[in-house]
Amino acid sequence: MPDIKLYTEHFNFYYGSFKALTDISMEIETHRVTALIGPSGCGKSTFLRSLNRMNDIILGTRVEGKVILDNRDIYDKSIDVVDLRRRVGMVFQKSNPFPKSIFDNVAYGLRINGERNKSIIAQRVEESLKDAALWEEVKDRLGASAMDLSGGQQQRLCIARALAVKPEVILMDEPASALDPIATQKIEELIFQLKKDYTIIIVTHNMQQAARVSDYTAFFYLGELIEFGETDQIFTNPKLKKTEDYVTGRFG
Amino acid sequence: MKVNWRNVNQKIGFITIRVAALLVIFVLAFIIFDILSKGIQVISWDFITDKPRKGMTEGGIWPAIVGTFWVSLVTVVFSVPIGMSTAIYLNEYAKQGRLIRIIRLAIRNLSGVPSIVYGLFGFALFTLMLNFGLSVISSGLTLGLLTLPWTITASEEALKTVPMSYREGALALGATKWQTIRSNVLPYAVPGMLTGTILGLARAAGETAPILFTGVAFFWPILPKFPTLLTQQFMALPYHLFIMSTQHHEIVKVRPLAYGTALVLIILIVSMNSIAVWIRYRFRKKYKRA
Repeated sequence: MPDIKLYTEHFNFYYGSFKALTDISMEIETHRVTALIGPSGCGKSTFLRSLNRMNDIILGTRVEGKVILDNRDIYDKSIDVVDLRRRVGMVFQKSNPFPKSIFDNVAYGLRINGERNKSIIAQRVEESLKDAALWEEVKDRLGASAMDLSGGQQQRLCIARALAVKPEVILMDEPASALDPIATQKIEELIFQLKKDYTIIIVTHNMQQAARVSDYTAFFYLGELIEFGETDQIFTNPKLKKTEDYVTGRFG
Repeated sequence: MKVNWRNVNQKIGFITIRVAALLVIFVLAFIIFDILSKGIQVISWDFITDKPRKGMTEGGIWPAIVGTFWVSLVTVVFSVPIGMSTAIYLNEYAKQGRLIRIIRLAIRNLSGVPSIVYGLFGFALFTLMLNFGLSVISSGLTLGLLTLPWTITASEEALKTVPMSYREGALALGATKWQTIRSNVLPYAVPGMLTGTILGLARAAGETAPILFTGVAFFWPILPKFPTLLTQQFMALPYHLFIMSTQHHEIVKVRPLAYGTALVLIILIVSMNSIAVWIRYRFRKKYKRA
């Protein structure tokens, strides 16, 4: 009986009057990597951002349906959004390190959540940078500006920053799309390591990446969830023709 | 040989633009040269630190300098916190809709209101209705209102230049809105806010009409001192310049003094503008953008 970390029930999403997501019902298993694939504009990023309510900051958005995390609907009025976002972390497509030092970037999440103890902070920063496979490269220059790092390093820094607050779920929105192949490989290896301790949902437009990295795959098209299943099955034996057309490259 | 008309047009365009720019520089240079050459002979330690004597035909302008300083201080204390807070509210918190658009339009229009209208308004509100009388505080608050649209606009522009990704990154880590603003927006917006504010303040320091109605005096040798300054009248540089140039009973005799006053005023304003530019330069270096 798989352990479900979060699931959605008949989830609809509107940008104003435009319906971006229709009737999405999906289960995300704990400690697994779930990939969301589909052509541009299919709603996969919108869906991802709905999972930590980052879409709330956009004007005119509206949701219907439920997103249940640990038996509570995250869109319920009583939910503390700030706490939700600590538990469900996010790594963005274009890495967005803060223009502060490497140390301050990773420590940011801890500090805003009230941590004052300097040694605890230092320890967590080191742990997170190690978990993000960045420690060796930056351990001697934690005070340097994060803006001086390369693209791949910056993205790993953003991952370390997300890890520092010990989230339960990590959402990754095309984390390697702006990176070169070597950096991409490092990120993919990292994802493989991370899933032992975290539940990961990753949006990617790179199908080969989805096939390499994920346990489950969800295929989105025009705002609908067309097919969802184990990655192997989706790519080698898709049930629906549309899925097959997409994964074999007939469109996209 | 065929004449290439496009090249000729381009040349004409460039020449026109250059002439216009040179014209502006020339006018500016002329003003500075005129005031500098006629005012410098009057500048001395006594001129700056002494009070006017013998019906203002001799002596210095120290009370006017001090008066301008205190009025500017009140202006800053009033307009900076209110202006910055308003900008933060409009840009970060307010629901962007028709009401906010109308408010913004009102603020932009306020910056175009003639300063004499501000003077009249300040007189009605601060001097009469709130009973502050003719005083430093009435003038300071009136100039504060004058500066407010500038401060708000400059602050909003500064906030807008902070990338959304700084805010999103912070929110995604579980920061509250205010935490995000305080740690990830304000530090990068404050230099721009300060620059705009100082520029607005420099303009206000040179305004005559608002202080005319609300407290400036022809001759007031008592120096403003905290807290009595709040209820006292004062002298100020721009008004002093006006008096010396046009209202004095011996205009020709005191003209050099008028030029000296103008020179001091210009030096003051140029200094403030330079500080604003320096702040912007320093902080741009410090906070590199991705």
